[in-house]
Amino acid sequence: MSDLIKKVTALLNDKTINAFIGYEKGSANRIRAIFVRTEDQVQKLILNASCTQNLTGYLMKHEVKKLGKLGILANVAALRSIMQLASEFQIKDGEVYVLFANADGSLTEFTDFKSIETFLQTTDTGIKSEEQEMIAKLEAMTVNERWLFWNKEFEKCIKCYACRAACPMCYCHRCTTDVNQPQWIPVASHELGNLDYHLMRAMHLAGRCVNCGECATACPMDIPLNLLTYQLISPIKATFDATAGMKADAMYALSTYKPDDKENFII
Amino acid sequence: MEKQLKILKYSDLSKLIEKFRSQGYPVLAPVRKGKVVEIEQVQSLDEIALDVLLSTQSAKKAAFPKVEKVLEYTLEKSGTKQFPVDPADYKETILFGVRPCDASGFKSLDAIFGEEPKDQFYLEKKGKSTIISFSCPVADEYCFCTSVGGGPGNTAGSDLQFTGISKEEILVEILTEKGEKLAATFADLLTDAGKDIDKSKFLADVKVVFDVDGVVEKTTASFNNTALWLEQSLRCIGCGACAFVCPTCACFDFQDEQNTKKGVRLRLWDSCGFSLFTLHTSGHNPREVQSQRWRQRIMHKFAYMPEQLHVVGCEGCGRCSRACPVDMNIKEHLTAIGEKVIV
Amino acid sequence: MDQQNIYQPYLMEIEKITEEAPMVKTFRLKFKNEEEGNNFSFHTGQFGEYSVFGEGEVTFCVASPHTRKGYIECTFREAGRVTSELASLNEGDTIGFRGPYGNIFPIDDWKGKSLLFIAGGIALPPMRSVIWSCLDKRDQFKDITILYGAKSVADLVYKDELAEWKERPDVKLVTTVDPGGETPDWKGEVGFVPTILDRMTPISENTIAIVCGPPVMIKFTFPILEKYGFADGQVYTTLENRMKCGLGKCGRCNVGKVFVCKDGPVFTRTQLKELPDEY
Repeated sequence: MSDLIKKVTALLNDKTINAFIGYEKGSANRIRAIFVRTEDQVQKLILNASCTQNLTGYLMKHEVKKLGKLGILANVAALRSIMQLASEFQIKDGEVYVLFANADGSLTEFTDFKSIETFLQTTDTGIKSEEQEMIAKLEAMTVNERWLFWNKEFEKCIKCYACRAACPMCYCHRCTTDVNQPQWIPVASHELGNLDYHLMRAMHLAGRCVNCGECATACPMDIPLNLLTYQLISPIKATFDATAGMKADAMYALSTYKPDDKENFII
Repeated sequence: MEKQLKILKYSDLSKLIEKFRSQGYPVLAPVRKGKVVEIEQVQSLDEIALDVLLSTQSAKKAAFPKVEKVLEYTLEKSGTKQFPVDPADYKETILFGVRPCDASGFKSLDAIFGEEPKDQFYLEKKGKSTIISFSCPVADEYCFCTSVGGGPGNTAGSDLQFTGISKEEILVEILTEKGEKLAATFADLLTDAGKDIDKSKFLADVKVVFDVDGVVEKTTASFNNTALWLEQSLRCIGCGACAFVCPTCACFDFQDEQNTKKGVRLRLWDSCGFSLFTLHTSGHNPREVQSQRWRQRIMHKFAYMPEQLHVVGCEGCGRCSRACPVDMNIKEHLTAIGEKVIV
Repeated sequence: MDQQNIYQPYLMEIEKITEEAPMVKTFRLKFKNEEEGNNFSFHTGQFGEYSVFGEGEVTFCVASPHTRKGYIECTFREAGRVTSELASLNEGDTIGFRGPYGNIFPIDDWKGKSLLFIAGGIALPPMRSVIWSCLDKRDQFKDITILYGAKSVADLVYKDELAEWKERPDVKLVTTVDPGGETPDWKGEVGFVPTILDRMTPISENTIAIVCGPPVMIKFTFPILEKYGFADGQVYTTLENRMKCGLGKCGRCNVGKVFVCKDGPVFTRTQLKELPDEY
């Protein structure tokens, strides 16, 4: 019996949690989420290098919340999601029991936000090198080339909203896309509708994206949507010295005025 | 009509596409675009990805596109004027290299859009499509066509079906009058096939995993089994990927778009998985939570459609499972429903 | 392809606008194409899709009786995108109308019976069509009773018609407002519809009850009808769900296997009991 199974069994038995969100073997070679509440389900828990999905999106889902007190298996991106959700008043301190899987397979438990913050300070939270290369390529493009690149990608979009549904930060009950008085974003999945939607979403994730990549992984049309939001990470850092998902009580850069805010965007 | 069997050489496929093009037919076929395979208009054979298992999206968009105009109008001082959208705008089109599950998927759409009052936007496009399907030499673990009455060599819905029978030769089955008419335009590339060709030797082996009648019966009886639907859908995140890649999902939305002088009414794909799908203006939502929306998806295909339209709304192509970001595997869920003991 | 495009609306001119209550208006609509108007017919209980071009379509029952030709009426409350735009229109403006859709109240089957209409709030409009259709053939029915309730006196719709029904010797009209909704000179009842219905001790024998109102009103009204011996087949109502096409294709208004647009919107309580809780 693995440490994970032992630990989760104990957590469920002593009623520390009512349900644990972890990974199980899925179809083909896939890994998927499991919501462990019973002895049978505990045995299905697995932990390996393929367990990369950021599960924190589930913390915001109505029917998952109704399962009771939740425990969750987290990776670095998930820890940052929890910090960001906390800073946006979506999770209270102590509300979620967090188990972090270290690279060597050992587990670290976090029962409060402070310990997650401390942990993140000495952890690599950066973007993967291959993604950095892609961003460098995009940034090396002329504005026109970049425009064409994204338009070509958005052509594939079918507006299934998998990117939004998979994103732990897209928890709004009524997304701007769904507002129809006024209709800010055209509903149709045509050129303008796709462009407006993705730009709107990217803007709403500026300074909030924790670079987990769930949006791109979720996209059935293989659009590298993560690059869109990742590109906004360094400007936010450079302009406001802010990084999403590092502190539970962080003030959101784009909605907090500071007297010494740079004003170099004003032409 | 009685099926006719012919032989076509692989080496003549390129000529075949040229012939279609020279006759002015738009040809829609699977095209590789990075990791996805789209069904798109092609100019020549080398663009076509004939070796792929399945396109990412189904072929339904040929007759039911993700965005289509159903109304045009102008707004004038003297009053609004409407302009009809003319179905004659649609051209005779060839759907080439799609799979049997794409072709048979149209029977669900035919049932929905063909029911009175008839939806001419769909029917015109479908009527003007000639479908050349390629039978499946391989399948993967998401495929379950044989469990819902189809198969890797199922000819239902196809006008012509091609099956590779050797490195050089393709067996051509001429299945409908439409197919016969098209085949006549490339008769010079065809030779007669012997009667004794056993097509099944060249087809993928897709195991039957459930009894469809049993699944229909149990689905129909399971509406109030909230625990079942909740358990199956806990990991569902409520996107529309499954519905949009599905060959049989037909639910739609209307949206108006206009400038100060004129406008259009568009018909768009929609999905029962979205919370907004059934939301009333008052805020009341008859399908308030994801488990109810998942139930609707399964019940529509396996309870309501069989009863009302006499067709199971699923072809077993497995596209929804492959596209699902969170691995909602429909084959697995249906198998579970089929095995369930109703109490 | 005018005849073939099932989503193409008739063009209608707003002939008359009546302010019924706060946020509630009635439009009288005339066919811009006279021939279309002459060929148009509907039956009471049916609905249509009304469009404001550029905003979209919205579903309402036809509120005028089918016995009156040459126009249709709809009554709506300003609530969402389309109704807000509708409310901003003026007499003479053009809107679209598709319909009629759905099934009907089988008033021909009710000949020789007494009728009890029970409506709440903005649900009087669908019932008004039935009421007038029956009043226009008054001699075919026995007693006609109308119980209508709204939140407050201001929220009562069709005030002129309520006054007219009040005066008629062949109609028994009871109006009520929710406690607190009354004005000093209010002469009607005060209390929720189910309470007032109970007080009226309705007679179920040879009577058809037609109930329209918000879900909570319906929920508490059915048991009262049951108490007075109304069998499920004697009780009719009309359902609403979000719709786009109105023709059983767009896939969203179904309650279990039943499409409200195509199989409804009129249901007996017997049918309602067979439906799952999905409306």
